[in-house]
Amino acid sequence: MKPSARKPNWNVLGLLPAHLIMVLTLIIPIGIIIVVSFSTRGPYGGFEYVFTTAPYKQLLFNEGWTGELEFNPQYLIVVARTLVLSAVTTSICLLLSFPVAYFIALRRPTIKVLLIYLVTLPFWVSMIVRVYSWIIILGKDGVIEKTLRGVGLVDNMGSLLFGNTAMLVGLVYSYIPLMILPIFASIEKLDPALIEASHDLYGNRLITLRRVILPLTRPGMIAGAILVFVPSLGAVLEPTLLGGGKTMMMGNLIQLQFGGARNWPLGAAIAIVLMAAVMIFLVFQGLRSMRIEGLERAS
Amino acid sequence: MNADNDVRRYPGFGVFSAIFFAYLYLPIAVVVFYSFNANRIVSNWGGFSLHWYTTALSNANLLTAVKTSLLVATVATVASTLVALMAALVLVRGRNVRFRRISETVVNLPLLLPEIVVAVAVLILFSEAGLANGLVKLMIAHTTFCIPFAFLSIRARLQGMDLDLEEAARDLYATGWVAFRRVTLPLILPGVFAGAMLAFVISMDDFITSNLLNSGGATTLPVYIFSLIKQGVSPQLNAISTLIMLASIALATVAFLLQRQR
Amino acid sequence: MNDEAGLRAPRKAVEIKGVSKVFGTYQALKPVSFDIYDNEFFTLLGPSGCGKTTLLRMIAGFEQPTTGQIFLHGSNIQGLPPHKRRVNTVFQSYALFPHMSVEQNIGFGLENLGWSKDRRDARVADMLRLVHMEAFAGRKPQQLSGGQRQRVALARALAPEPEVLLLDEPLSALDLKLRQAMRDELRILQRKTGITFVFVTHDQEEALDLSDRICVLGDGEIQQLGTPAAIYEEPSNRFVADFIGETNFLDAEVIAVNGEQATVTTQLGMTLTASHKKAVAGQKAFMSIRPEKISLPAQANPIAVDGTIMGTNYLGGYTYYLVETGGTTLRISKRNSVSRGQMFEIGQSVKVGFAAESVRILGA
Repeated sequence: MKPSARKPNWNVLGLLPAHLIMVLTLIIPIGIIIVVSFSTRGPYGGFEYVFTTAPYKQLLFNEGWTGELEFNPQYLIVVARTLVLSAVTTSICLLLSFPVAYFIALRRPTIKVLLIYLVTLPFWVSMIVRVYSWIIILGKDGVIEKTLRGVGLVDNMGSLLFGNTAMLVGLVYSYIPLMILPIFASIEKLDPALIEASHDLYGNRLITLRRVILPLTRPGMIAGAILVFVPSLGAVLEPTLLGGGKTMMMGNLIQLQFGGARNWPLGAAIAIVLMAAVMIFLVFQGLRSMRIEGLERAS
Repeated sequence: MNADNDVRRYPGFGVFSAIFFAYLYLPIAVVVFYSFNANRIVSNWGGFSLHWYTTALSNANLLTAVKTSLLVATVATVASTLVALMAALVLVRGRNVRFRRISETVVNLPLLLPEIVVAVAVLILFSEAGLANGLVKLMIAHTTFCIPFAFLSIRARLQGMDLDLEEAARDLYATGWVAFRRVTLPLILPGVFAGAMLAFVISMDDFITSNLLNSGGATTLPVYIFSLIKQGVSPQLNAISTLIMLASIALATVAFLLQRQR
Repeated sequence: MNDEAGLRAPRKAVEIKGVSKVFGTYQALKPVSFDIYDNEFFTLLGPSGCGKTTLLRMIAGFEQPTTGQIFLHGSNIQGLPPHKRRVNTVFQSYALFPHMSVEQNIGFGLENLGWSKDRRDARVADMLRLVHMEAFAGRKPQQLSGGQRQRVALARALAPEPEVLLLDEPLSALDLKLRQAMRDELRILQRKTGITFVFVTHDQEEALDLSDRICVLGDGEIQQLGTPAAIYEEPSNRFVADFIGETNFLDAEVIAVNGEQATVTTQLGMTLTASHKKAVAGQKAFMSIRPEKISLPAQANPIAVDGTIMGTNYLGGYTYYLVETGGTTLRISKRNSVSRGQMFEIGQSVKVGFAAESVRILGA
């Protein structure tokens, strides 16, 4: 008998707890979510294991008195809004982050460390407090309104809160550090000689930016886009606090179904749609970054 | 003249960055500023006062929420850090680990899903399992989503570590356990602490999951603050927010310094 | 003026006029002035930190001189950004764009200069042929070997027909064998294209091998400027004698100076008269003699001394002998052209000799 056969397998033992937790608390429950999304709504909330496609139908249609289906875009609008707002948030974060990340990457080591610390710091500060701060700024009698009134620009403009713009402001503010860090990392990795080579070969700053710097820092931008887009899709706090009750995103719509509205099957169906959106995006980006990696490593 | 000729420099990026940092910190500054407002109406300045801090600190509901949050965060931190450390050791240092990539994806799963989906998953799990204790529910859920944060931090540290060091220890007649305890562990400890702190802050900060699970009398701090925000902006809320920010900035600084330690 | 370039009237390609560079409080380069001629293979040679790369970067436009001016074919290029200077650089790390193919890399400069597609393609094809890389046009830099990358970098820099080609230690990343081969290629490329090469290196052998003229830099100033032979045979100071090739330094006392010749008494006990630089009568000086210029054993040499073999280093083509004599150890190299039986043994007493013409006296 081989003595090694009786030795504990540390690889398996080490990974066991983490995998057990993930399987029990996430993978199996996600399976249950799928089941719930095809189940019947219980009389007092919750659900009953009776198969139906009603929750998905409900996403698109209203059921009339006589049982006929009538198209109702209200949930579709929420889905569309979520996708658009997340995409716009990601784009704005990209645009704002690049110059900042580039500027930081060029600093001396000590200043660089300090600036990176300053970028990460807000992320550690309570998310709810950061979103709340925008209520003080954008709200009725808020900082912006008072300032504008102070210089005599407006008389009474009311609240800037509760709309797509307010949500957008909150989303960008919440997630932008996640965009700066990977872009910064990829700019820092960029060989300065490549920039010099571009200038040496008669490229001015704009040409160098477009043809050398941006293409070579794309992996950082893709990583940043993933880090911003995914949590934006599932955002709950920003739409709840800044969007008001009416302009919803998928995140707080799901929350509502499992909380106040007590329509678990519908909530589960929306959660499935959300998860599908995330997965499609991740697979798409994963293929893209694999292609880039492949090009870089093909030797 | 010198700087102008640096081909790596782009004019305007400095000013842009300065404005950006102002944007990043102004909202926080606004909250801090108004927390010292003596006036009950937030946006009307009524002079400097620490009044709202004293009311905040004697707010029994707040203190209960803080206690709940601390308890949940501590348990979740310890549990997730230990689990993450074990997984990281195997995934970074283990030899002949099968399914390494898939394994890593599984460990990082909570990061790949929007948190609301994680929250719904655990909510349904607990309802099906018939678990009623609010605190236990929170502890389990928080452990789950804290694992990847601790894991990534520890993994980064492990990857930066010279593999030769442990082999040198083994060469000098140390057993596997001694080599780990005397060489590997001390070297990755800063990463482990940083990971633990990150996990702690993530847990303390969590709103989405805690709010969805909010039942059985276990209200965490963010959930309590949310309920205050729903009641409207108030100076006391600003004071509480400022205190929370102070605490998280202190933690973040320590974690940041730990991570930079060589 | 310059023997090699003497056939044509030399035209100045680059003029360096009182150029210096200070980084913060560190003086990287003290004010220097010299000219580089058209069609010349000119080398800036020196140890690291001597200011040679700084000088090159100032010609390229990546650094601005603290004082002084640089002229390119007669026009002042002060303040001109790199992309407006008709000079191109071969970078030490090659700096090939990893996201572009070999072709795209070579065509990059031409594109920026606004060349038409047809003209560009033709030029790129010419360049690929010039560096023997036709078969690799579509490859990415990561798919090339070190030597191939080097060739692409050369082709890329030569493609826009620069007035001057700057080469920043281009061979340092290659292994020894490849380095030797690339030297020949560089020389041929320079002849074929007729473009002025300004070459930076810390490798004295490379400099001697390749250059028409060498500018030896040390401690941020010019130590000597001249042809390889002049620099090797007539070093103007101890730094140059030491840095270029190998030499034996012996203490000497200057008795008299008579024009180009100085008479000294050396550490070895004899008095001799030899060519000198900056020797002052009555002062201390150094006597420098190259290892290959000492005969072992002494033949009919005018100057001969007794010594003992203290060590032998067999290096294939040569053997180095360490010979102790007069309180110092001489390093002597001897070609292994004859049979191996000629080798000396440690402890053996020998007579070594040399001629006064082989000695260079350098003022302290």
